[in-house]
Amino acid sequence: MNLWLTMRVALRALAANRLRSGLTMLGIIIGVGAVITMIAVGAGAQARVEDQIKGLGSNLIIIMSGSVTSGGARMGSGSSFTISEDDAQVLMREIPELISAPAVRGGVQVVAGNANWSTAMFGVTPEYPEVRQWGLLSGRGFDTNDMTGATKVAVLGQTVAKALFGDTDPLDQVIRIRKVPFTVVGVLERKGQSLFGQDQDDVVLVPLSSARKRVLGGLQAKQRAVNTIWVKVREGYDMKVAEGQIRDLLRQRHRLQPGQDDDFYLRNLSEVLQAQEASSRILTLLLAAVASVSLLVGGIGIMNIMLVSVTERTREIGLRMAVGARGNDILTQFLVEAVTLSLVGGFVGIVLGAGGSLAIGHFAGWRTELTTSSIVLATGFAAVVGVFFGYYPARKAARLSPIEALRYE
Amino acid sequence: MLIRTRELRKEYSLGAHRVQAIRGVSIGIDTGEFVAVMGPSGSGKSTFMNLLGCLDVPTSGDYELAGEPVEHRTPDELAAIRNRRVGFVFQGFNLLGRANALENVELPLIYAGVAAADRHRRARARLAQMGLTDREHHLPSQLSGGQQQRVAIARALVTDPVLLLADEPTGALDSRTSLEIMALFQELNRQGITVVLVTHERDIAQFARRIVSFRDGLIADDRANAAPGDAHRLLEESAA
Repeated sequence: MNLWLTMRVALRALAANRLRSGLTMLGIIIGVGAVITMIAVGAGAQARVEDQIKGLGSNLIIIMSGSVTSGGARMGSGSSFTISEDDAQVLMREIPELISAPAVRGGVQVVAGNANWSTAMFGVTPEYPEVRQWGLLSGRGFDTNDMTGATKVAVLGQTVAKALFGDTDPLDQVIRIRKVPFTVVGVLERKGQSLFGQDQDDVVLVPLSSARKRVLGGLQAKQRAVNTIWVKVREGYDMKVAEGQIRDLLRQRHRLQPGQDDDFYLRNLSEVLQAQEASSRILTLLLAAVASVSLLVGGIGIMNIMLVSVTERTREIGLRMAVGARGNDILTQFLVEAVTLSLVGGFVGIVLGAGGSLAIGHFAGWRTELTTSSIVLATGFAAVVGVFFGYYPARKAARLSPIEALRYE
Repeated sequence: MLIRTRELRKEYSLGAHRVQAIRGVSIGIDTGEFVAVMGPSGSGKSTFMNLLGCLDVPTSGDYELAGEPVEHRTPDELAAIRNRRVGFVFQGFNLLGRANALENVELPLIYAGVAAADRHRRARARLAQMGLTDREHHLPSQLSGGQQQRVAIARALVTDPVLLLADEPTGALDSRTSLEIMALFQELNRQGITVVLVTHERDIAQFARRIVSFRDGLIADDRANAAPGDAHRLLEESAA
């Protein structure tokens, strides 16, 4: 008996009991739908973290000014500018696997025409965009001439560009940063939110030297000090090794005695994110596992109804055997019925799950990601459930004795 | 000889008891015979019929069908023998309720692995032979009892079996329809098909040319029916 014919017989048998088949499928529909939706939610969370990692730049280490101990009182992070531009240069020179980008930061009021905006200004070196993996949308970045000349040029983040210029092109326009006129030479690509939810596009970049000489001026206690050094480690180089090398070098340069606390902080941000990613992956798995339970319950529903069906159709089975059906023919017939139930349920479940994840994305505002793998997984799982839970009733049918089946009332 | 059994026995266990349904039956039936198997319930006639139809295997004894020994076969081999050699007609018709007449008749051919076009052609021919050409697409529930039994007979014949086994085929029919069915069996037998009919009604058995009576699991009586009734003629007489 060929499969196509078996399919037709199965569909007819299922159609004969529409309500019952529908209710049985509902178990699978809900199960598959739940699996798809939950995986979509989990994958969405994961994708968000992955985007943040990409946004941050891979293999990124941040060095921040740390605490200094003054007269027994530890002053806390950022209480003093303990790292400098020179640290950054030495790091890059001594450890060829690194690119470093020192940055000073200042809160500034920026004015363009009659628009003004309060934002963060970063004084940076030409390496900054490369280290942060942050491309330019238009215009140019800084070069060594800008650094040596402390030129009054600025590169705007998307948020600032929008706030000051709206839809007009900010290139070659003049803005005033703390009343100092700067010419806009470039606009950065959109970067999105940082790991901590800050808008990274709300920023104005100027050359480090310009920031220091033209804007921040006397605020800087030490002439070469910086707030932050961004370090990009070459792809493939061990982050732990890089961290150790940086720490050793900085301690040496800062003349710290063994046993003395670091006067800087090293933070491997991608590590933090990877931990977050791992936890969101576990979340996905957990959600999928919980949803799978409902799929399992749906499978038991199939088994239940198939057992009823086998009992109800005992005489039919007997008749089929009498006219020449072998045990395998009967087995296949009931198995195909069970798998049809679960697969049809599975397809409806996929549609429902896709709709559900879109709805969650829309109404709850969560990012959801419908993945092909989750659809394949759910379909496969549904088929496996059908075979697994359909096998026992089908085998029961196939093992009936033809006479007893024919006599069954 | 189409059917030959030697010392055929069948035991069932009913709880702790062992019941001997038939206790050593030896019989030979030739091709072209029309045999009625009679006996009260519990006499072993149904068990005997199940063994003849390869629906069951004997506990001991030999059974040859069309020259082939049938005992010690696997369930799948028995299914193949039933499919090719034997046509069954049951008291309750046993048609598939959701399949139309044509599909019901095709069923044995499906299990025989016959291609669709050939299946349709052969099933149609058998239905036509039963006078049911215009009922091909009717469901069993849309047919009368007699028509349903004729569909069942068409199904029994569609694989061109050597043996037609009928178990109380008229049990669920009124007397006139019963006569029609018996006329059909007689006609088929005249065309050369071997018919073995199990019945407890003497009126029905007397249409056969040989009557075998069972009692307590043994053949009590086996004799030729010198003057079998002619169902066709009786039908015409009752119509007149």
